[in-house]
Amino acid sequence: MMSLIISLGVILILAILYMIFRVSNLITIAKGPRDQRGGTANKVNAALFIVFMVASLGGFFWYSIAYFDEYNLPVASDHGKWTDTLFWITMAVSVIAFVIISIVMFVFIYRYQYREGQRAKYYPDNHYLELAWTIIPAIVLAVLIFTGLRAWNDITSPAAKDAEVVELIGQQFAWTARYPGVKDGALGKNNYKLIDDVNEFGLDLTDKNAFDDFKSLELHLPVNKEILLKIRAKDVLHSVFLPHFRVKMDAVPGMPTQFKFTVTKTTQQMRDELGNPNFNYELACAEICGRGHFSMKMSVVVEEEEAYEKWKASQEAWLKQNPDYLKKVPDALKEAAMIKAGMQKDPGSSVAEAND
Amino acid sequence: MATTDIHIHSDVHHHDDHDHEHEHHEGNFWTNYVFSQDHKVIAKQFLITGIFWALLGGTLSVIFRLQLGFPDMNLDWLKPVLGEWITPEGKLDPEFYLALVTMHGTIMVFFVLTAGLSGTFANFLIPLQIGARDMASGFLNMLSYWFFFLSSVIMFTSLFLSTGPASGGWTIYPPLSALPQAIKGSGLGMTLWLVAMALFIVSSLLGGINYITTIINLRTKGMSFTKMPLTIWALFFTAIIGVLSFPVLFAAALLLIFDRSFGTSFYLSDIYIGGEALAHDGGSPILFQHLFWFLGHPEVYIVLLPALGLSSEIIATNSRKPIFGYKAMIGSMLFIAILSFIVWAHHMFVTGMNPFLGSIFMLLTLIIAVPSAVKIFNYVTTLWKGNIRFTSGMLFSIGMVSFFLTGGITGIFLGNSAIDIQLHDTYFVVAHFHLVMGSASFFGMLAGIYHWFPKMFGRMMNETLGSIHFWLTFVGVYMVFFPMHYIGIAGFPRRYYSWTNFDTFSGFTDLNMLVSTAAILTLAAQFIFLFNFFYSMFRGRLAPANPWQSNTLEWTTPRNPGHGNWVGEIPSVYRWPYDYSKPGSKEDYIPQHIPFSETPESNLPSENDLIKLETSNGEGKIIVEGGKH
Repeated sequence: MMSLIISLGVILILAILYMIFRVSNLITIAKGPRDQRGGTANKVNAALFIVFMVASLGGFFWYSIAYFDEYNLPVASDHGKWTDTLFWITMAVSVIAFVIISIVMFVFIYRYQYREGQRAKYYPDNHYLELAWTIIPAIVLAVLIFTGLRAWNDITSPAAKDAEVVELIGQQFAWTARYPGVKDGALGKNNYKLIDDVNEFGLDLTDKNAFDDFKSLELHLPVNKEILLKIRAKDVLHSVFLPHFRVKMDAVPGMPTQFKFTVTKTTQQMRDELGNPNFNYELACAEICGRGHFSMKMSVVVEEEEAYEKWKASQEAWLKQNPDYLKKVPDALKEAAMIKAGMQKDPGSSVAEAND
Repeated sequence: MATTDIHIHSDVHHHDDHDHEHEHHEGNFWTNYVFSQDHKVIAKQFLITGIFWALLGGTLSVIFRLQLGFPDMNLDWLKPVLGEWITPEGKLDPEFYLALVTMHGTIMVFFVLTAGLSGTFANFLIPLQIGARDMASGFLNMLSYWFFFLSSVIMFTSLFLSTGPASGGWTIYPPLSALPQAIKGSGLGMTLWLVAMALFIVSSLLGGINYITTIINLRTKGMSFTKMPLTIWALFFTAIIGVLSFPVLFAAALLLIFDRSFGTSFYLSDIYIGGEALAHDGGSPILFQHLFWFLGHPEVYIVLLPALGLSSEIIATNSRKPIFGYKAMIGSMLFIAILSFIVWAHHMFVTGMNPFLGSIFMLLTLIIAVPSAVKIFNYVTTLWKGNIRFTSGMLFSIGMVSFFLTGGITGIFLGNSAIDIQLHDTYFVVAHFHLVMGSASFFGMLAGIYHWFPKMFGRMMNETLGSIHFWLTFVGVYMVFFPMHYIGIAGFPRRYYSWTNFDTFSGFTDLNMLVSTAAILTLAAQFIFLFNFFYSMFRGRLAPANPWQSNTLEWTTPRNPGHGNWVGEIPSVYRWPYDYSKPGSKEDYIPQHIPFSETPESNLPSENDLIKLETSNGEGKIIVEGGKH
């Protein structure tokens, strides 16, 4: 019933609109042929451009200033501060250019609307003007390019040798982290052909570095220490996106990628700063990866280095959690594996050392 | 679809001003309206098909905007149309959401703004503005449309598959697009997508080769390259870019077909999915991205340049001024066309590509801002001291310049690889390209339709409805895409079905609601245009010969030009197309076919010297139907 009324209403409105259109058409015809160039319509359109300009520029500045805290995402990484600065410098330059050009354009549009008897100026070119507005943007852009390049080169330069290495693996539709383990501090080899339901990393257990690697469903990171994310994907493209750290890097099946950065604020510090006790850093997927793309989240915890080391030491090695896989370890390495995975008491550091 | 647009122009050939000296004879219904080789009929076929696709593409976007703006809304009322894609809870299926996003992008970029825009205006304007009877090959031109039609049918069919159409984003990055186990849409839907696109590329190449050949070989006497209207220059560059870049997409699609169906590993490697490790080994998904964007970036200019060309012409005509910096406009388009081939990897800064490549592409990308800036400054200077008439075409051209500015300027952020790390694949990108390439091109297309409608159908469109349509759409488009900048700066990733899983992206429900509402209203406003378009086709005011007092050659043809365009001889050209408001001249325009010998009062000294050349070749006297003054 309701939908019937609505559709009748819509038909009625359309009919009324059509009648108005017909009547106004007839009136125009009745008034006789008239040069419409200088008519009211022309003046109304010209004025509307000024109204539009004032309203839209006003709205733009008002929203940008009043709601700054809503769209400005707090930054918590070293290079993030740098790219944010570049962002706001570029913003300043482009807003100035945008506002000037917009105002000039809309004012010209209004000022030079059709007037009876007025004649446009025949002004086909001016090489000085053209040269000026080729060179000025070129110089401004050169400065932006130069500063951008410096930042980019620095961000993408090789990580420090002692950087904290963490591996992130993307799959439909979850992230998993693999830590190198406290005993050797190195990630073990992996091979996608070794992946099965349990061995989700495809951990190659003939590599001794794999024994103490551990898995985490939460990304723990130390503050103020360079972190090197090693990123890979198991099935389709994904993209590691850490919005607060200004980190984004695709996870590509068959091509490991990486991103190095330093976090500058712990989760707690950020909570205090924002006055939001429930704040958590988050990791999102930024490359379309299928049905669950929008839910591919991982929680991120940033701690002081001591707390971080403590957390690491408290984690069980993957091998310890899945002792069945010991049989995949070559016999010669079994003991070392048991020790490294924490399945057997370390008889003394010297033994482990010897096995290394 | 084809049959509808045919009846519409049934009066096109009813006039006696048919050109009988041309080899074409009065044909039957099929040869005149369906398999016509007349460029004007083919242009209208492209236009009507393009409008159909634009409506469909717009509707798809409104459906997914409902999900984004009103996530709690019960969508059961869409069940009659979408069926199984509405979940029992009355929500949009997340996978179908991705399908909608994918098809919206594909349809808008290729079927509307490439085929609909270039197909319509290159076909319609090239012969008319350069003074040719038709395209170099009418037959290939006809094939071009029918390949496009076939491609359209296949793409349209894919919407109705039970597994859904392609859903991996319009960029169809493998492995997602290669593996049906990754997403349902990568099954038959993706196969049909690839087949449709292969046919589309064939259509585009047939068209492009024709446009280039026609412009080079069939210009009328006196129409040197330096006297061509900017529309023709723009369409010329567009066709060249298309011919050079579309084959690369064809190759990319072909290799993807191989990977999908024949077990090759061009793009696939190290994949474990659905509980098994795939045999594919040694491929690279990045290779596909390079190939895709080698077309994908020039494609941006394939949709944008025609819009720039059309608006240059319309702005000059309605400002009653020569376009400022004619040669600089051509130069910047040439420069843009060249640069468009060497900036593609700026879409790939964070794909794991070598960072050094990133530096190079950042440098090249930001250079392209210079010719773009020159174009904007030239448009603004063209308005300066003009005598502006706000025809609907002019309004939409101004809108185009405004979008080109607003959307272009954010390109400076995204082209900077360091800043792009954060902005890549967020709504900032969505805002950027929808304004600079989507809306700007769309407005260029609408401007072109309003401006050349009198030549297409011999009748005028209603200007009041045109103004209302413009203001609703202009404000609507800004309301849709401007807020997306804020959402993007806040980091919201694109192609998200919902953001509620993340605390970081939990805000902006108000802005998203605003965007969705504006999108619905903007789509609704397009029905004003549709009404105006079809109503005026039959009942619009009869168009005068030269309704906008324009200089270009198409306005020297009869009101409804027949096959062959001109009755009798094709007019010769003596001057550039922008002699508006020339000091000394009686009228404020002097069409291109008026020799300098007839306008001694307004000639520049150098032009007086040209008078001798006009008469010495003995063919200075040109008979054109009807006096134009």
